[in-house]
Amino acid sequence: MPKKYNIHTKAAPPRFYPVGKYGIIEDRENCAGSCKECVKKKCVYDIFKENYLHMSEMEEPEYLYTCNSCFRCIQECTKGIFSRVINPEYREIGDEYWTPDVLNRTWYQAHTGSIPVSGAGYRGPFVGKGFDSMWTDMSEIVRPTRDGIHGREYINTSIELSRRPERLAFNDDGSLAVEVKPIFDIPLPILFQQPDFGVLSKNVLISMLKAAQTIGTKLFIPACDVNDEIMSFASCIIPLVTKDNFKSYSSLLNNVDVVEIEYESGVEKVFESIKAINEKLVISVGLNLSSDVDYATIGVELSKANVDTIHVYADKHGREFDSEKPRFIKDMLRDIHLALIDAGTRQQINIIASGGICMAEHVNKAIICGADGVTIDRSLLIAMECRLCDRCKDGLACPVEFETIDANYGSNRIVNLMGAWRNQMLEMLGAMGLREARRLRGEVGRSMWFEDLEKENFAPIFGERKVAIDVG
Amino acid sequence: MSKTKEKYQLPEIKETPSRFRNTIGKYTIKRNSKCISCGKCVELCPFGVHIMPENHASPFRPIEHKCIGFDCKKTDHYCIEQCPEDALTLKDNALLDTMGDYRWTSEMLLGHFAMAETGKAPHVNLEYNLGNSGGGFDKMRFVEPNLSLAIEISDEDIDTSIELNKTGDERSRKTISIPCYGGGMSYGSTALSVIVGRARAAKRLNSLTCTGEGGYPPQFLPYKEHVITQVATGLFGVREETIQHCPIIEFKYAQGAKPGLGGHLMGEKVTESVAKMRETVVGSSLFSPFPFHSVYSIEDHKKHVDWMKEINHNVLCSIKVSTPTDVDMVAIGVYFAGAHIIHIDGSYGGTGAAPDIAKKNIAMPIEYAIPKVHNFLVDEGVRDKITLIASGGIRNGLDVAKAIALGADGCVIGTADLVAVECVRCGNCESGRGCARGIASTDPELGQMVEEEYVEQRLVNMYMAWRKQWCDILRTYGLKSIKDLRGRSDLLVHLDYLDEEEQKKYQPAPSYKVVL
Repeated sequence: MPKKYNIHTKAAPPRFYPVGKYGIIEDRENCAGSCKECVKKKCVYDIFKENYLHMSEMEEPEYLYTCNSCFRCIQECTKGIFSRVINPEYREIGDEYWTPDVLNRTWYQAHTGSIPVSGAGYRGPFVGKGFDSMWTDMSEIVRPTRDGIHGREYINTSIELSRRPERLAFNDDGSLAVEVKPIFDIPLPILFQQPDFGVLSKNVLISMLKAAQTIGTKLFIPACDVNDEIMSFASCIIPLVTKDNFKSYSSLLNNVDVVEIEYESGVEKVFESIKAINEKLVISVGLNLSSDVDYATIGVELSKANVDTIHVYADKHGREFDSEKPRFIKDMLRDIHLALIDAGTRQQINIIASGGICMAEHVNKAIICGADGVTIDRSLLIAMECRLCDRCKDGLACPVEFETIDANYGSNRIVNLMGAWRNQMLEMLGAMGLREARRLRGEVGRSMWFEDLEKENFAPIFGERKVAIDVG
Repeated sequence: MSKTKEKYQLPEIKETPSRFRNTIGKYTIKRNSKCISCGKCVELCPFGVHIMPENHASPFRPIEHKCIGFDCKKTDHYCIEQCPEDALTLKDNALLDTMGDYRWTSEMLLGHFAMAETGKAPHVNLEYNLGNSGGGFDKMRFVEPNLSLAIEISDEDIDTSIELNKTGDERSRKTISIPCYGGGMSYGSTALSVIVGRARAAKRLNSLTCTGEGGYPPQFLPYKEHVITQVATGLFGVREETIQHCPIIEFKYAQGAKPGLGGHLMGEKVTESVAKMRETVVGSSLFSPFPFHSVYSIEDHKKHVDWMKEINHNVLCSIKVSTPTDVDMVAIGVYFAGAHIIHIDGSYGGTGAAPDIAKKNIAMPIEYAIPKVHNFLVDEGVRDKITLIASGGIRNGLDVAKAIALGADGCVIGTADLVAVECVRCGNCESGRGCARGIASTDPELGQMVEEEYVEQRLVNMYMAWRKQWCDILRTYGLKSIKDLRGRSDLLVHLDYLDEEEQKKYQPAPSYKVVL
């Protein structure tokens, strides 16, 4: 049995105060002044002590991310001078998809390496769009669960990037009649992608590469951005090339395991020439999920050519490009996956999905929809405290000073995030009773979809649904 | 089904105010220094917002949660306008933005505080029946009634009891007088005074509470007829005598908030007394395994049930499971293994500590699971032989009624019990010393914040307020017993299944953005 894979995390406290959710308002004019019962001294979480220290150091203390929302200061002050608001800055960070909550959880995980755990029940809407319109299954009594999280049972999260033969065939003497290439796998169904914005200083990129090296995954990066320093991490990069320019990167292609070539028609004609440069290269084809192309058909064509992996890209919110009414990646993945199954080629190749993966649950859900693995980009920046404020896009200074980040610290934060995500994947896989991330691929039977649940359980009671379901 | 009418001696409601000095209201009302203490406002307010006891030179700070706010303008006692010095100001309380969430909105929390205080529906205009989740119970309404069906009958004459043993076996035919009992909360996760207070309330309400997976503290003994012993995967504190004490044992196969995962008590909460009760080590986190490693088939499960029945010849068996895709199959298996109660716990239920990813994503919401299981049991012809209990995301009296109309016999309540004792659902039950409000904590200081009597009476009050709601619904549809409501899904509508004109007849679902 191979060595058990594990991601070792180590706390990496934030360099800057994260944007907290709550601000305490204090109407000091009404303070009794000499009250012996002062709630500030009694705060269970000691946040006012911190506040005091911030003030003496003339830092920006008003919004404290340490308030845990117990309302005791508000309810116990003898003069009732406390109230609370939501930090206006908290409302502003991120967007509809990358919500303040997603950012805060990502920061927490990158800081601690732990799974977010809390008391009380779920707080969100009954159902949402996209990945929020599906639930995953669990096993009860007759289908045993797996106890992966505490290490009592090993759950394998590795996936392959290399092509598999359709079937084995043997000669009369028992020898193999088909060529079986070595399996190329990574231990985690998550790859990194160089973000398309942000202060991508040398140390920021090195942080990502070091993290990829530590946990055994890879970073997709445009070949033109690969310099000598990045080359020292050659085993962790997947250079992005095109069918017209790959020849000029032949020395680079000789040093990496995987290459990604951008999809355009006729791309399959150059696979031979790429293999001529380095016959061991695993070839991934990058395909934009645009409404202008029939991606399922293209996927089938590619799967019949000698490609190892199809890497599909949706936009940052997991939506289709160039569309008035964009579809969501879960439905697009489903189309491609099913088209490949119909064509009988799904088992031979792998699908990697990019776009809209911002929480650990999205990894498992994308795999259920038919991907083998996913990539993340913005989450790498958020792990290093990015607030998605977009100031860098306007040439303004980064509030968390990305240019000064230490690569060891940055990679520590990313490794922590991946450790926490993997543990959450294990929680879900264990609950489903699976011991292999690969077994989850396309397993819609281990999931429940909003539209199906409504139809099965509510339609017999309430009749025909009049409000259209919009889970796109 | 038994139609015997039970005359229920309602437990006494007693006003039980907040434990906290400053209450949280929907409105804020402030009195400034222009006040000349004339006492006009005190005289005017029928709700007791303004108080100036004798011998006091000036009025107390207004008791804000009792103020009905701008609705008061229409009355003749609107203090804001009648104050001779214009010393009072009234505003919406901006604090509510920072309280509550999509499922338990701030108004639902305040509504339950008020019900637990007074035993009546809140007199302030609060939306405490509907959350803002945009689906499930929050989109269901009771159908517009046919007024000719309504009956005149007093609350005392309405039967809200349910039967827990319908198998017809030789064991006790236990009934409880309200269609709800308390969910498992363990010694360790929750303060002793809270769980004992719940047991005291259960006795007065003729209902039940449950030990959770934390052992059986001796303080439960005086109420033992109303305490369920839970047997969960860690088997913490399960002993022969605790199974002999109890009227019902509950096998917890899974919990809705963390389906597929074992229980989880953080090291900080494993104090000396907790460790002693659970026979473990102080300060060391306790993870219950998952699943029961002795149960991998319905036959194994039957062996469990048989053991327990052998240890206690009168005990009833309840099986608590979560809501996977095949929950209906699990339910039927549970029935054939000899259980009296099948308890399904939906994915949006509460917990003392669970990974957020599990609470949100794993297993289906209870709204789907109830009709799924109910209809399957009906089709299999065994529905009247087993009691179906639903929990996990049942927040208020209306949710209970809707769950029963969907097909459950009754519900298990956890979070609402805690909200009644002023939990604000901040979600920090598990961190550090535990709950800052003294509910879910065994910390030597924080664990002493709550009195048993207070818990007991607040719970009695809340359930009595709920009972009034149930009685109103039953009367409206001409039903005399809550048992007759079971499975009456024809009395429910779902807004998304109505056309626009029809929808207008019903209260729209709350829909506003909450910053999570």
